[in-house]
This record gives sequence, C-alpha cells and structure tokens, in this order.
Amino acid sequence: MEREGRQGHKLQALEVHPEAQRAQWAWAKIHRSRSFVRKGRALERGIELFLFLNSLVAIVAITLIFLFLFQEGVRALTTIPLSQFIGVRVVDYFSNEEVFRYIWQPVGSSPKFSLIPLISGTFLVALPATLIASGFGIGCGLFLSEIAKPRLRELAKPFLELLAGIPTVVIGFFMLAIGADWIQRIFHTSYRLNALVGAIGVSCVIIPVIASLVEDVLHAVPREIREASYALGATRSQTVLFAILPYCSPGIAAAVILGMGRAIGETMIVVMATGNAAQVTFDIFKSVRTMTATIAGELGAVAQGSNEYYALFLVGSVLFTITFFMNFVTEFILDRVRKRLRM
Amino acid sequence: MKAFIKMVLMSGVFFLGASMAQDGWASELVTVKGSDTMVIVAQRWAEEYMKKHPDATIQVTGGGSGTGIASLINGTTDLANASRPIKQEEIEAARRLGREPKEVKVAMDALGIVVHKDNPVERLSLRQLMGIYTGHVNNWKELGGKDLPIMRYSRESNSGTYLFFKEHVLKDMDYASDCQNLPGTAAVADAVAKDPKGIGYGGVAYFDRPNLKVIKVSKADDQKAIDPIDRSDLKRTKVHYDVVWSGEYPLARPLFVYSLRESAEIKRFLDWILSEEGQKIAAELGYIPINVAAVAGR
Amino acid sequence: MTFSHNSRSRKSIRLLEWAFVIIAGFSMAVVVLLIAWIFVPILYYGAKVVTPSFLFESPEKGMTAGGILPAIFGTLSLVTLMILAALPVGISTAVYLVEYVQDSPIARVIRAGVNNLAGIPSIVFGLFGLGFFILFIGRNLDQVLQTGMLFGKPALLWAAMTLAVLVLPVVIVSTEEALRAVPWSYREAAYALGATRWQTTSRVVLLQARPGILTGAILAVSRGAGETAPILFTGAAYFLPKLPVVYVNVPLLPFQLPILNPFDQFMELAYHIYIMATQSINVQETRPIQYGTTFVLLVMTFLFNLTAIVMRSFYRRQLKASLQ
Repeated sequence: MEREGRQGHKLQALEVHPEAQRAQWAWAKIHRSRSFVRKGRALERGIELFLFLNSLVAIVAITLIFLFLFQEGVRALTTIPLSQFIGVRVVDYFSNEEVFRYIWQPVGSSPKFSLIPLISGTFLVALPATLIASGFGIGCGLFLSEIAKPRLRELAKPFLELLAGIPTVVIGFFMLAIGADWIQRIFHTSYRLNALVGAIGVSCVIIPVIASLVEDVLHAVPREIREASYALGATRSQTVLFAILPYCSPGIAAAVILGMGRAIGETMIVVMATGNAAQVTFDIFKSVRTMTATIAGELGAVAQGSNEYYALFLVGSVLFTITFFMNFVTEFILDRVRKRLRM
Repeated sequence: MKAFIKMVLMSGVFFLGASMAQDGWASELVTVKGSDTMVIVAQRWAEEYMKKHPDATIQVTGGGSGTGIASLINGTTDLANASRPIKQEEIEAARRLGREPKEVKVAMDALGIVVHKDNPVERLSLRQLMGIYTGHVNNWKELGGKDLPIMRYSRESNSGTYLFFKEHVLKDMDYASDCQNLPGTAAVADAVAKDPKGIGYGGVAYFDRPNLKVIKVSKADDQKAIDPIDRSDLKRTKVHYDVVWSGEYPLARPLFVYSLRESAEIKRFLDWILSEEGQKIAAELGYIPINVAAVAGR
Repeated sequence: MTFSHNSRSRKSIRLLEWAFVIIAGFSMAVVVLLIAWIFVPILYYGAKVVTPSFLFESPEKGMTAGGILPAIFGTLSLVTLMILAALPVGISTAVYLVEYVQDSPIARVIRAGVNNLAGIPSIVFGLFGLGFFILFIGRNLDQVLQTGMLFGKPALLWAAMTLAVLVLPVVIVSTEEALRAVPWSYREAAYALGATRWQTTSRVVLLQARPGILTGAILAVSRGAGETAPILFTGAAYFLPKLPVVYVNVPLLPFQLPILNPFDQFMELAYHIYIMATQSINVQETRPIQYGTTFVLLVMTFLFNLTAIVMRSFYRRQLKASLQ
C-alpha cells in the first residue's frame, strides 16, 4: 500500500493539490520573516524530542506495570514460605490424618496460598476456549479471504467487528443469566456455572481476534503461490489446503497463540460464569477459579501490606509473565512471517 | 492542532474547577465502606437520610468488612461497616496513627442456612454443617435427604460472612475446595434457588424469595433445632427476633459501624441510624434491630 | 481445473470443494448466530425496561428501582477524561513512528512495546492502577502537598488514567493507519515547497488524517466504556446517587457552574451490570434493571462502533477516490 502510494502518485503531484496549495501559502507567509531558518531548526528539534518522549510512554508504561507488579509480588515470596505456593499438609479434623492439599484460601487464622488450583483452573478455561475459537476463527478467516465475494465480505465483516465490540461484562452477564441454563440443559451438568460455560463465553471474545489475524495472514500470501497452484490444475479447496495453509501455517499458529493469551487474561466473563471454586480438576463440567477471577474477586477487600495482598500481586505477576511470553512468541513468529509475506 | 489546544483547555477547566471547589465538598461528604452483608441496609440508610437532609452526601461502597476497616485506618473512608468486631491488630494499627476507633452496634444479623424448596432436609446441626462445608459429607442421603450430591455455595473470601462461618461453623478448618465462591449473598441465593442439590449461607435478609427454604439449625446433634424464621407471617420471610436476641439461634452476629474521625455530620448520621426511624428500615430489610421500640411500634 | 483424470477423483474433488465451502461458511454462520443469541434476549428484555425515567433517574430503594443516570454520567465522564489523556500521547507516538523514524530499530522497539501493551490482561491494568496511580503517585502527592487523603484514594481521575494506558495501543495503531493512508505525494509536495518535517506533518499530513484519527478515538472510547476490570479497584462505586460534580462560584456568573470532579468516585455502567448481577439484594428481582443497564451499555458501545465503522469506510472510499 505504502509502496504503491509512493510510486504510483509521483506524477500526480505535478498538478497542485488544494492542500499543497494551502501549504504553499502558509509557507510564503512564514518565509517572509528572516530569522525563520534558525528558529525553525530549534523548534523542529524540540518537536521531534517531544514526539520521541511521547512515544516512550507505551514502553515506560510496560516497564512500570512490570515493576509495580513484581515489586509487590516478590514480597509475597519473601514473607510466605515457597512450598506454600504449591500446597500444604493439613490435619484432617474427622479422620485425624495428615494429608497434602492444594488449597487457595488466603484468609482465616492459617491462610493457604497454593497457586496450583488457580493455574489449573485458568488453563481449564483457556484451553477449551482457544480450541473452540480456533476452529471458528480460522473458519471465518478462510471464509472472508478465500470464499466470500467482495460484497458478501463487506456484509460479513461487520459481524465480526460487532462481536469484538461487545463489552466482556455483557458476555459474562449473558452467560450467567441465560447461557448457563442452556448449557446445563444440554449437558446435564451438576454444576450450573462451570469451566465450559466460561470457555464458551471467552471464545466469543477471541473468535474475532483469531479471525482477523488469520484473514490478514491469508491476504498477505503472495499471488504467485496461488497462481502456481491454480496453474497446476488445483481447485480452490486444494489450493487453500495444500498450498496456502502450509505456506502461512506459522502465521495461523501465531493467531492461535495470541487468542490463547487473550483467553488467559480474560476477567469479567470468568468471574461471573465459572463458579469460582478453587479446585484442582480436569473435568470441564466442574466449577473452577481462574487467576484473573481471583484477583478481581479478592483484591478489592484486602488490607494493603497483608500477606494476601502480596499473594494477589504474585498471582498478577504470574499472569503477566504468561501473557507477556505468549505475546512475545506471537510477535516473534509474526515478525518472521511478515518478512516472508508482504504484510 | 487547534483541536489539541481545545482539549487541553477543556481538561484544564476540569482540574481548575476541582481544585477550586476542593474544600467545598470535603466538609459535606461522608463515605461509608465495608461489609457486603450490610451494604443493603447502609445504602437504604444513606438514601433515606439524604432525603431528610438534602445538604448531606453519604456515599456507600461494599467490598467486605476487612476492606472497610482497612480503608478506615488508611483514611480512605469515614465510616466502616463491619459484620465482625474489629481485631486487636486493627485497633493497634489505628492507634499507631494516633487514632482510636469508635464502635457503634447498629443492628444484628441472623445467618441463615438455605437450601432449595424441593429439598426434604429440614434441620442441620453445626457439626453436620461443618461436615458439609469441609467436604466430608457429600450426599444429601447422609443427612436424610434424596440421593443427590451436595453442591456447596459459599461467599467470596473477603466477606465478613465467610470468616464468621469459617470461625463459628468450620472451627477454622478449610472450606472444601469445590465450594463455589460467589461474589455476593444475592448470588448465593440465586444459585441455590436454581439448584435442587445446593446449599448456601448468608444473611437471612437475602433469602426472602420463592424456591428457597431457610432451615433450622441446632448447636449439637441432640439439641433442639432453632428456626430463625418467624413462620407466623406466611406472606414474607421475617426473622424471629426473640431467638436472635436471646442467643438461642447459634448463627447470629452483631453488625457494627466504626469511625475514627468525629464530625457533626457523622454523629448526626449515626444517631439517626440508631433512632426508631433508622432501625425500622433495618427491620424492614430483614435485619434484627437493636432498638426494641422500632419493632414494638409495628 | 477441469482436466481431472477420472470421474471418481473428480467427484472427490468436488466433494472436498463443497466441504471446504460449507465448513468455512458454517463458522461464519455460527458467529452470526452467536451474536443473535446474545443480542436478542438482551435487546428484548432490555427494551421493555429502558424508558426516559430509567435513563434520567437515580437508583432508588436499595437499587431495586429507579434509573441509572449516575452510571451513564459516570461512564461518559470516565471515557472523556480517558480520551483526553490518551489522544495526545497516542497521536504523538503514531506521528513519531510514521513520520520520523518509520522502520528504524527505535520504531521497532516502540512498536513491540505497543503490541505488548495491547496484550496485557485488563485485570493487570487494574492492579497497576491501584499500585501506581493511587498508592504511588496519589499517596506521594498527598505527602508532598499535605493534602491528607485527596489523591491517594480511588477516584475518577485514576480510573481514567488507568483506562488511558489500556486504550493507548488502540489510539496509536489506528492513528498510524490513518497517517499511512495519506499519500506520500502530499508529503513530497510539501517538502518540495521547502516545508520542514513538522510543518509537513502538522499542516498537511495530520490535516488529511483527521477523520482516520477521529475514528480511532471513537473506537478507543467504545473500548474504554466496555472495560470493567481496570476500574474495579481504581474508582468505581457500588452506590453513589449524586453525580461526580461540584458546583463552583464563578465571578460574573449568576449561577453556580457545575464542573466534573475528578477526585470523586463514580458509578459506571459496566461495573453496575457486574454488581447488579452478583451483589444486588435480590438478583432475580432486579433482572429487569440488569437487562436495562446491559441494553444501554450495548447500545452505547454499538453506536460508537457503528460511527467508527461507517466513518472509516466512508473515509477509505473518499481516499480511494482522491487517489484516482
């Protein structure tokens, strides 16, 4: 786009565009003052510096987020014994036996800080959500870039944008009030709010993310690949399945990882729809508690400087690390894909 | 460029105005924060009080008893609602800052145990409740009910209710890990109303709705089970005040408001809460008033 | 395409072709159905509740009756403050990236930062807002200025700042796109007339890119209005029927001027939905209010998005026309 613009319109610049005309007039006015040049240079420098400093805000923000999260999170590591983050031995009141348990119950006279149920809960929601959303998201991407004619695409694309624009709290509320009933009726689950309800809600959020990235990647496949495949007599589906998809599979993998990062970080849907039971389970029909829901549910109520306060920041640090890593992987892959494709 | 300047000017006006008016609002506003159990009544108190005194602004936020007291000590709220008494270390934290927390008992609350209307179980002892919530009793059959697994609904760990239940029923043991921690007592009520296998706990005030049954609780297996509900009124769930006042019902607790700073507005508000009018509102919402006159007048 | 070898393989090829079209089309259909599944009940139940009095009244009777005016007002003032903070920084960053450094290593580092910022979970922004804005900046300001507890508590300002950081990537990316869409020939023309870089940028490029930047700003506002997690700890209030406004005496004005108070807490639509659905006195009884609030939030963000989408397509078409 950029390159085309640069080459294709050089000739046109000869006839003076009204904007350029206006610029010229403005110019003539400024040029009349003689001290303009020297003053101008200092001004230019100043402005460039100002813009540069502004552009650092994003990086500074990330650094500050990192610092403030980890500064408090690390304090949890120093005040709470490390083994406590895995689990603790507790004496069972009824059988009087000592058992090893993974418990997250950070209040009470003997608080327990096991991160295992929170991490397993997070993935029990995020993995199915990614699975569901990858299927539909890649399908949508293929539909938009390979099947739909331009007019149909113009019609279909706003739907994805619409889905992406729904606030997550609305999806959470919907899953809590209506969606959970449907799922309970279909699967006859004993937990009304469970990991699957959360996963379906979360997949609504990440389908548009995956679909739009997949579409971009497919669009960027060089025409030669397509043309070569058609020239060999392949049909459209054969071209897509055996030429295009293998060619841009890293890009699609990046889309899926990006979607998963979003799924792990999603908060309002899981806090409302997963039932919030901090248990270690692999049953998708049981209630679970994710890391995000734990922070959202508990941070508002802890005293600053208490162990629970630091433990919640530690949970936040873990969350930050996981999603940051996933973003990094996505960026890394996309960077390489961009070089190969024309993105 | 002009748009930028306009925006900057606009935001400038905002901040200028805010700083100009700063002492204007600080004198009127009273912030109340704390217990989710009390947020219903606190909010109603604020609403009615502001109707009577249009010059006052009372701002109410929930968040849990711990939050309320912590904010009180940190200075971010004027009054703290608490469904548990203040802890010794909290008093000391306040003293270190040179302040003495003042306690006012504003009402009482009966913690109800609630099951679905279709559940045949009528009574549970504290030990049975402990068995259920620690994960040792897993089927209603063991308690004389149907052959169904028990779904445990609990509150979020920041609530005073959660702590009270943990201390008084679970004897400080841990909740079973499959307890679903819901963010509010209303959510517990909603969940149990939809789940014939469910059991939940919370302020009786929340359980005035169809499909729910508040059951009797006994202190020990062989003792008489006490019903916290006055069944003589069939139309609505009404708390049985006598069993709560006498201490017969094992799961009742006082509700407090704490303050550090003395001001005329705060005092006027607290006095009004304790007046007949304020207590009547508490009674209407299903709490147990401490001012007997408020009930006698009904 | 038609010179397949025999009829059997031709059949299987056709089957594959059909399967491909159906599977991809099915995914798209599922998305449409999903939207219908979510929208229909909310719009249906919501439309029954939303009346002028619902929109312009405060909650009453312990939030079981009345309207949601404070929440609507809170949301609007929150996104206003947010965009005022995010727009200048976002546009400057995009201008620097596109007009000054383009594809240099600096630009790559900054872009990586922006992309990573976009991927951070919203709840982490909430933690950050509490830890940085309220406890670090706010408390230290209070200590230095001796203002007691003015800055170091949850407030509209801090919530807006937290959201501003969250939507910064949205502003940057869409502004970049808008700037790139301005043909290079315009810049070349300006340079040829002797304009410096900043003069070219401010008088030619930014002027041309204005509709695109506005689109991005609207998208950011829509995103900000829908976020809940970052404001949970930074300023949203459960119940606060009075608007976060102070009345100021201005000399020469016959009445008191109402001005937004950025140090107040506020009610907010998205947060209101969350607490009404989980913490109100009777979740079932207040369902109509929940649906009504959801309806308002949904329509609000939908209108923002629609404006942005329409503006963008109009702007793109215009641009295409100007290029021909």
